[in-house]
Amino acid sequence: MDTSLTIDIHDATKRFGDVTALSQLNMVAKTGAITVLLGPNGAGKTTAIRMITGSLAPDEGTSRVFGIDPAGPDGEEVRRRCGVVTAKPSLYDRLSGWDNLRYAAELYGLGKGSAADARIFEAASLFAIEPALDQKVGGYSTGMKTRLALARAILHEPDLLLLDEPTSGLDPESALAVLDLIRDMTSDGQTVLMCTHLLLEAEGLADEIVVMQAGTSLKAGAPAELIASYWPVEQVRITSTMPEGLDLLKRHDRVLAFERTDDSAIVDIDDQSAIPALVADLASRKVPISSVVPVGRSLEDLYFAIRREHGSVEGELAPPGGSSGRPVRLDVAA
Amino acid sequence: MNWSRTLTVVRTDLKQLIQAKDFWMPMAALGMLFFVIVPTILLTMISTVGAVGPLEQIASTLEVLPENTQSQIQGDSPQGRTGYALAVFLFAPVAVVVPLTISTAVGAATIVGERERGTGEFLANSPAGVKEIYIGKLIASLIPGYFTTVVGFTLYSLVVNLTVGPEVGGWFFPTAQWWVMILWVLPPFLAICLSLVLRLSARVKSTAAAQQASGLISLPLIMIAYGQATGSLLGAGWVPLLLGAIAWAVALISLNRGVKSVTRARLLGV
Repeated sequence: MDTSLTIDIHDATKRFGDVTALSQLNMVAKTGAITVLLGPNGAGKTTAIRMITGSLAPDEGTSRVFGIDPAGPDGEEVRRRCGVVTAKPSLYDRLSGWDNLRYAAELYGLGKGSAADARIFEAASLFAIEPALDQKVGGYSTGMKTRLALARAILHEPDLLLLDEPTSGLDPESALAVLDLIRDMTSDGQTVLMCTHLLLEAEGLADEIVVMQAGTSLKAGAPAELIASYWPVEQVRITSTMPEGLDLLKRHDRVLAFERTDDSAIVDIDDQSAIPALVADLASRKVPISSVVPVGRSLEDLYFAIRREHGSVEGELAPPGGSSGRPVRLDVAA
Repeated sequence: MNWSRTLTVVRTDLKQLIQAKDFWMPMAALGMLFFVIVPTILLTMISTVGAVGPLEQIASTLEVLPENTQSQIQGDSPQGRTGYALAVFLFAPVAVVVPLTISTAVGAATIVGERERGTGEFLANSPAGVKEIYIGKLIASLIPGYFTTVVGFTLYSLVVNLTVGPEVGGWFFPTAQWWVMILWVLPPFLAICLSLVLRLSARVKSTAAAQQASGLISLPLIMIAYGQATGSLLGAGWVPLLLGAIAWAVALISLNRGVKSVTRARLLGV
């Protein structure tokens, strides 16, 4: 058993009648890392999570979590070590928040004593939901329900946290708190697998990403490595009040490619160390420079580049500086 | 099989049921109607009107009952014999409908309800085994029905003994046949009914569909219970004991097979 991998899904296929939800899916999640599943609606992210908990068994292929088949006879061990937040909070509206957490505590083997009660309070406090624990969940707002579901998922201190859109319905402060908590969990050695539609949210969080489409993984790996594989050269945007003067750079020996717009030029270079030489060259020729900005590739650029590569979305490879800093929802049909 | 988790499922389901006033208040009203209100009004009227024509006609129709049943009817006066017959052979069997209705209504909603509310996913992802979930939900459905039986027939006993008792020489209900019915025959019938209803609940798409289909399942069982209670189907003596034993055997087989109907995929609704 490879202990460096908490999840190892190999060639897994899952069908529901005529619909193939997963098609020879291959994916891994490294122990202690945050792996983010990205993909449009219907890509199979939720089915993948259900397969990881053993709620669904693959029709073909294998699924191993902690080295165990979660749909097999030892699946209870897997489920006991997993904390799950589903896309809908899955809470009992007629019960109080406290009763919902107590139910989970008992099912997950925390028992009923004062130690369990203390742990329930501690988990609820992490998401600032403890003042509402005595209220019936039916009266909670969407954000409160999500926070309670998160508290329930971490109640038993799981080794693997499975989060399906964990910040859905949360206000920005709560969403930020959740993302911070996710980071903290991995620093404690726990493994996180998260599905999200928000690329910006995944941007600073993901150690690894898996881009899914139509039940299969298109690409997987560390975002920085994937970005480097798609854009092996660096880009810099140079802006000038005399943009035609920038054309001098076309013939510069450190410039690999050049493209000028009305007020600036996008220059491909082999390394950022070339930037001072370019600036010095322009200055020596009296070309005024307003700004020099390295063009970073975002997860959004990477995501759409991968999707374009597989013909899922139309258009050229990601535009320079495509990351606009706004949350991007992945609603592109598969 | 982890009994602690099973009991947790039972406790939580019952807690939710207690909170569901929109469910149990109509059921309580139904119970009051069958166990208290209708028997009190009719039996009081029979005891107070005296030997009038219509009552004597009812008394004479008792002659169509099986001989074995007729011999059990106590009382010397027409109102006494009529009150006794109605209390033991008419109202009491009808009241069996109430626990069956309550248990099947609870059972029908139990699994499909988890799915409809989205909470099935929580259970499916939890360490609880499907057998623990099934048994837990079965017990949680049985308890309201049996609780109603005990409370309802306690009230019913008070009503009929206070209204008809003076006419037939004292307290007479429950009769020996009724003790057999309540303690030996009814529980396995409830269990059979619920094992079938839970299977339905795991398979159908909505609570409404489960409740409609569960009506079809419980109807023949109500008829058997009614027939046995009146003594017109199998009579008294050792036959109810045998019927109960057979029902227990069928119930155990049915319950065992019912476990397979609950799967994690069905809790998810996929």
